[in-house]
Amino acid sequence: MEDNVIDVRDLSKVYPSGFHALKQVNLQIKRGEIFALLGPNGAGKTTLISIICGLVNVEEGQVLVGGYDVVKQYRQARNQIGLVPQELAIDVFAFVWNTMVFSRGLFGKPRDDVYLEEILKALSLWDKRHAKIQFLSGGMKRRVLIAKALAHEPEILFLDEPTAGVDVELRRDMWRLIETLRQRGTTIILTTHYIEEAEEIADRIGIINRGEILLVDNKRDLMKKLGRKQLILHLQSPITALPAELNDFVLHIGIDGKTLTYDYDDNQPTNHVTEVLAAIYRSGIALSDVKTKQSTLEQIFVSLVEDSR
Amino acid sequence: MNWYAIKAIYLSELHRSWRTPLQSIASPVLSTSLYFIVFGSAIGSAMTDIGGVSYGAFIIPGLIMLMVLTETTSNASFGIYMPRWSGAIYEVLSAPVSAFEIVIGYVGAAATKSMILAMLILLTARLFVDYSILHPLWMLAFLLLTCITFSLLGFILGLIADGFEKLQVIPLMVVTPLAFLGGTFYSITMLPEFWQKVTLFNPVVYLVSGFRWSFYGTADVSLLFSLLMIATFLITFLAFIWWIFRTGYKVKV
Repeated sequence: MEDNVIDVRDLSKVYPSGFHALKQVNLQIKRGEIFALLGPNGAGKTTLISIICGLVNVEEGQVLVGGYDVVKQYRQARNQIGLVPQELAIDVFAFVWNTMVFSRGLFGKPRDDVYLEEILKALSLWDKRHAKIQFLSGGMKRRVLIAKALAHEPEILFLDEPTAGVDVELRRDMWRLIETLRQRGTTIILTTHYIEEAEEIADRIGIINRGEILLVDNKRDLMKKLGRKQLILHLQSPITALPAELNDFVLHIGIDGKTLTYDYDDNQPTNHVTEVLAAIYRSGIALSDVKTKQSTLEQIFVSLVEDSR
Repeated sequence: MNWYAIKAIYLSELHRSWRTPLQSIASPVLSTSLYFIVFGSAIGSAMTDIGGVSYGAFIIPGLIMLMVLTETTSNASFGIYMPRWSGAIYEVLSAPVSAFEIVIGYVGAAATKSMILAMLILLTARLFVDYSILHPLWMLAFLLLTCITFSLLGFILGLIADGFEKLQVIPLMVVTPLAFLGGTFYSITMLPEFWQKVTLFNPVVYLVSGFRWSFYGTADVSLLFSLLMIATFLITFLAFIWWIFRTGYKVKV
């Protein structure tokens, strides 16, 4: 039996404005994994996270966190969750250390200065512990939000667009921190616009659009199943038209006439890569280089979202 | 009960006040001092005693009530409105805390601040006027109940207001006039009979009257009515907050 730390069952949400934010969503998150939820603006990512965390009321369906219902057993469910919101929503007049103590207490944990120090040091905030939050930079404020979310040692961490508008250094720091947390067994769920981020750090990926989960899969399987490969042939001399030997294949001539591109599925043993190369040889076209390219998660994402429209 | 959460909210709210001592403490104490100088010492010296109590001493309970009602409502509303405004409320709403615990934290802190403020005003009054407190325990009980009740009102305003202006409407446009017309500076027996009857619709009359009784043993309305009125306020505000958290009105969608 799989150990699902989050179990979303038939979850629907209609806002008072009539906007149907979630439609019969089913989603299971495994303990200890890094799960990336991808979707365009207004897809329902934040609504889904907000319902799991208790910020938005459940209307229809059920959400279990660690086996606990988020409505009926909200204390046990929320105890396990840390949330880093999308916006820099923080009391800017508070001091870094005080806000950390506040966050830990709020989640029912006794004060533990050694642990808070460890978190602040991991996020390069220790030197700023006596600083007023309003005087910190945007990136530093985001670090404080992450530190607050970790203050009560949550087993599950939600990061809603964690690297939106942050510099490269912080993004790298955050990825390192996420890796450290994963090694400790923390389950991480992140929503992101940066698909390369999901590609880089996630174990599994879910794609949501218009309130519906389009797909959930292991990142490698997803790339394998939906990813396309391209064979790119660089020519020694430019051509303007395909020779007759290549008429049986769909090949695209590059704008400068110096490349030929052939799309194929490397999972299909019956693809025609050998035949294409043989036909090229027969046609007398001289090659200067041969390359293959795997389609990116971004291309997969765009094609899925466009298909769902 | 999540006692750690209650303590966290309570201490955080108290810290918030210490960050702005001029606004939280100095300003109301200064205002009250001005009232004592003008009404207590200057005008009061030309006034006759009311019920055997000098005018300066007579207005002390009313002035404390006036300050406590306005400051408590305003302070408590800011306490919960600010995190709503900044978005930081997400942390409280996503924490394993019940509505009851949230209320104890925020309202407890607001009521504590009001009690401290009331005590400071009482001490300040001593600089200007000589007074006695006949029933000190009743005085403290009335004060505490009033501080809690109006902290609840402020908390409600902070939960439902959708702008800084609306946050100030009730304290400035409702609570302050009611406090002024609720017998702060006069006994309602000094009014014509018709206005005495009209004044009885002002709930603040009962608070001031009961509080003044604890000082001097005389009241415009019966003590029982005063207690009943505070209890009615308390229960009404608690019920309204319970409804807000139950439905998520203005807090959750």
